[in-house]
Amino acid sequence: MSEMRGKVRTREEIISVFKDGMTIGVGGQAGAYMPWSLLDMLEESGVKHLTICSIDACNPGFAISRLIENGQVDRMLTTHIGTNPIASRMMLEGKLEIELSPMGSFIERMRAGGAGLGGILTKTGLGTDVEEGKQKVVIKGEEYLVEEAVHCDVALTRCRRADPLGNLAYHGTGTAGHPIIATCADISIVQVDLYCDLNEISPDEIKVPSIYTDMLYIGEHEANHLIGRIKADILGLEYNRDGGLA
Amino acid sequence: MLDNRSFIAKRCAEYFSEGDTVNLGIGIPSACSDYADPTVCFQTENGMLGVGQIAKALAICDTYQNAGGVNFVPVMGAAAFDTAQSFAVIRCGRMDATVLGALQVSEKGDLANWASPGRKFGMGGAMDLCNGAKKVIVAMELTAKDGSKKIVKECTYPLTAVRCVDHIVTEQCVIDVTDKGLVLREIREGKTPEDIQAQIEPNLIIAEDLKIMAE
Repeated sequence: MSEMRGKVRTREEIISVFKDGMTIGVGGQAGAYMPWSLLDMLEESGVKHLTICSIDACNPGFAISRLIENGQVDRMLTTHIGTNPIASRMMLEGKLEIELSPMGSFIERMRAGGAGLGGILTKTGLGTDVEEGKQKVVIKGEEYLVEEAVHCDVALTRCRRADPLGNLAYHGTGTAGHPIIATCADISIVQVDLYCDLNEISPDEIKVPSIYTDMLYIGEHEANHLIGRIKADILGLEYNRDGGLA
Repeated sequence: MLDNRSFIAKRCAEYFSEGDTVNLGIGIPSACSDYADPTVCFQTENGMLGVGQIAKALAICDTYQNAGGVNFVPVMGAAAFDTAQSFAVIRCGRMDATVLGALQVSEKGDLANWASPGRKFGMGGAMDLCNGAKKVIVAMELTAKDGSKKIVKECTYPLTAVRCVDHIVTEQCVIDVTDKGLVLREIREGKTPEDIQAQIEPNLIIAEDLKIMAE
């Protein structure tokens, strides 16, 4: 049976991956297309002293913010916490360490981490607080800042389609940071909307090849489809954040 | 008559040329798309070129959301990509303009818009946009809510980028950042250059062809 299911794993198997003190990369931005189910599992696991690497800190009461509010997070590498006054307050109180990185540098650091590189060179941040403690190099007469690669213990991301091997394909702005963050961790766990057969996703459409993927979780997704929204409209159904029936 | 925020957004949109690719910040800048030439292509930094109208009802889809989490409908010819590609687009030198909010702008065009004393909310994509876009347009009210000056000799808040701002559009005036200093280009009907000067720190150069802002 275990051979048949490819990389699909149960909630319990995924929860058992999480350990205290891990660095966890999370895909999704502004509360949009987050790997909600995987974040619920991380919360349920109760592990502590986490470092979370994500574009933002979400809004209070949701996703990453719940982990912060529970005291599970010691440190964040992020680009923006303006939507989360709780994270801002905890930072000022010294309860949460926050490293702010410009968004373009943040995502390139993750890309480098998944590509076997030590870091990247960018002009972004020159002349600002961001350059504190970082090396500068001159290439062809132009100055650049050295931004170190980021590699996580676990990545939690979401994709539109996946096959049993863990080849991943995306849709619209549901792409965002997911295909980058999915590559930069020792254990890459992906929440899947649509589980497909081998070769059902054209090899040309695959954005992240299966070599990066360790575990798949099949999430609910009906509201992400027009038919789901039409049904909801006609039948008055309500959906949860993942797009499953509430 | 337009409210101040829409008035500023409308004036900013006049900087866009036919076929330009533009990234809009959150707040006043996001309203610029309402007044832009229909051929202007808007980017969202999470990863799409070709952002269209705000989505309503059945058009709402959680895989078409902008960087602020607002659902939109992609235009014909839109392209989706990951965030690394999106910032490559921003830094590559082909992005025609960005419109951003500001806490402070200096005489030299330094911008501060991601932290103030006692509050650090993060720079998001602003540092990359200031580094990469051909034209950086600041859209803001001339002074802060408490009346303090936002156009200053030197920024005291943490910088977003140095010498990056090209134009400052406010509800009272349009100011260009030039090598010689800040040039007052346009002024709102009923205001005098002295009124503007009293609300900013650096000395203004008055353009010889100073215009009245179109209402």
